[in-house]
Amino acid sequence: MIHQDSRKLLEIRGLRATVSGIEILKGIDLTVRSGEIHAIMGTNGSGKSTLAKVLAGHNAYTVTAGSVVFEGNDLLGLEPEERARAGVFLAFQYPIEIPGVSNSHFLRLAYNTVQAQRGKDELDPLEFEDFVREKMKLLDMNPDFLDRGVNEGFSGGEKKRNEILQMALLEPRLAILDETDSGLDIDALRIVTTGVNKLATRDNAIILVTHYQRMLNYIVPDYVHVMQGGRIIKTGGKELALDLETRGYDWVGAERRSAIGA
Amino acid sequence: MSMVTGNSYLDSLLQGQPQLPPSPLAWFNQLRASAVDRVGTLKLPTTRDEDWRFTDITPLAKLSFQPARVISTLQATDLERFYLDEAAIRLVFVDGTYMPQFSTQQGKAGESGLIITDLSAAVPRHAAAIEPHLGRHAGFEDNLFAALNTAFLQHGAVIVAPRNAAVEAPVHVLSVSTQPGAASHPRCLLIAESGSAVTIVEDYVTLGQEGEEAYVTNAVTEIVLKDNAQVDHVRIQRDSTQAFHIGNCAVSLARASRYRSVSVALGARISRYDLNVLLADEGAECTVDGLALISGRQLADTHTCIDHARPSCTSRQAHKCIVDGAGHAVFNGKIVVRAGAQHTDSAQSNRSLLLNAKARVDTKPQLEIFADDVKCAHGATVGQLDNEELFYLESRGLSGLAARNLLTYAFGAEIIDRIPVASLKHRLEQTVLEQTKRN
Repeated sequence: MIHQDSRKLLEIRGLRATVSGIEILKGIDLTVRSGEIHAIMGTNGSGKSTLAKVLAGHNAYTVTAGSVVFEGNDLLGLEPEERARAGVFLAFQYPIEIPGVSNSHFLRLAYNTVQAQRGKDELDPLEFEDFVREKMKLLDMNPDFLDRGVNEGFSGGEKKRNEILQMALLEPRLAILDETDSGLDIDALRIVTTGVNKLATRDNAIILVTHYQRMLNYIVPDYVHVMQGGRIIKTGGKELALDLETRGYDWVGAERRSAIGA
Repeated sequence: MSMVTGNSYLDSLLQGQPQLPPSPLAWFNQLRASAVDRVGTLKLPTTRDEDWRFTDITPLAKLSFQPARVISTLQATDLERFYLDEAAIRLVFVDGTYMPQFSTQQGKAGESGLIITDLSAAVPRHAAAIEPHLGRHAGFEDNLFAALNTAFLQHGAVIVAPRNAAVEAPVHVLSVSTQPGAASHPRCLLIAESGSAVTIVEDYVTLGQEGEEAYVTNAVTEIVLKDNAQVDHVRIQRDSTQAFHIGNCAVSLARASRYRSVSVALGARISRYDLNVLLADEGAECTVDGLALISGRQLADTHTCIDHARPSCTSRQAHKCIVDGAGHAVFNGKIVVRAGAQHTDSAQSNRSLLLNAKARVDTKPQLEIFADDVKCAHGATVGQLDNEELFYLESRGLSGLAARNLLTYAFGAEIIDRIPVASLKHRLEQTVLEQTKRN
């Protein structure tokens, strides 16, 4: 929600990035303040998932121009783990399976790493077990998932719940949810989005990267941005998402072309 | 085999052999004598032998090894850290010699007919059970190391699971090396009678400190499964990183029997493990898994042969190597499907992880199929850690190093997880965790 005493969390200016020498982001400007929920929409290949990965620090992408300031610090100078510890969280579109590492071990490791960074107490396995079980209730997750390998054999919906569980544990300042709605049936979508809504506070912010409007029925954005060709070509309120749902994406591009006289 | 050193070297390895006390049983003495003869005609293998192409054992031939002395100063407290919580039955061998004071031979009452004892005691008492099998499965005609071991036959683990008996607790066969410069020849014979079920843990450990002088462990294990028998076989090699470890294991499966094995190689400067599994009758099943986790200048060579001799047998094999430093892993996995062995179902995978530019792996799946109605799948991959997996962990706050360690651990844990003895599994997981943290 937009509120008066919000702070500037994220400021992206003129961000350009390439992968394998091909430019994907061609000048992104975006400001996110605490308490806000931003939706970034666009067709496949518009660059929205690339933006998510660049913000999280994926090393396959090279930033060629621009700046990203997160809570007053240069985000681009930080390693991925430093960004995570500073409070940036990316919920993956395709969460990685890691057979051989139990989910509970992984979750505790991540939790304790971030806790230590924030000068807070780490939890031993027993303490963590109680703590994580509480958090799992938020997402209606079966505790059996703690004993399985990380995402190993999880359904699409279970993987996404596990991502949001990590968000609940790590309590990020900025959460970027990359296509969290994809692969979810309607029940799972409701559970996951309810969980996300409970995690949204006045002090943090959420960027939802999505192709479709349907998640925005559950998580109401303050701003909707449309990406195309590596740029944000239109920004509006939540009603923009409904327009996109009924009219598709083409008109936005056409509108922009006429605006810039192309 | 080609010549690498004079036979004087082999003579030196036979030092002390003539002093072994003779057995009251002629066949036993004959077995030893024929093994001594074979040692006299065989040569130390070199890299010119196809089976030893990647494994150069000249460092072994440069050292002179003495027969191990019997030492009596060991205390139970020296060994307790190796004991397994689950293993009510434990046979302890120190430098190849049976140590009754550290062993617990019998399981619970009611397991009548169960034989668990040292070879020297078992041979006279249970000759009828032992004679048809001892030295009959692990052939030494063409195998110098099996011949050497057999020449030194004296102590060893003998386990006979009686008909239809389920031996609940795992049997722990603990071989401890304590003497630098010594050669020992551990021996193990397991006979699982019809319908029996037993778990055996072969465990090779050292009391020495890292960086100590070399020693040689030259082990031979024979496992016989009668109809419908089930054997779980865990083999852990955690010798000193200066040691040489040669292991030969031969397994024979009768009708509808099931053999599952997990072997883990962590130690030794040079280790070589040959596992030969003969699926000798219909409906037999085996699962043969392995992990080599090495670094520094270690070499770990695993040669397996799964022989589908009869129809409708199943084999599954997953072998993994994790190689750091300038380590070198070798895997040669042979699957034989003999003529007439129709409806064979076989799958083999070998995955290797190289953690250093100097690390090396040589892998060779070898399928020899002489039947036409069979299913044989195999695959081998060699690679580095996956960039997407690393990024996933880093994005959760783990340092690059911690992420690499965790993924390396996970790669190995997939095999360790299959060990059916919980305390050993946890202990090894810790070992792998620590080892993968050293990078």
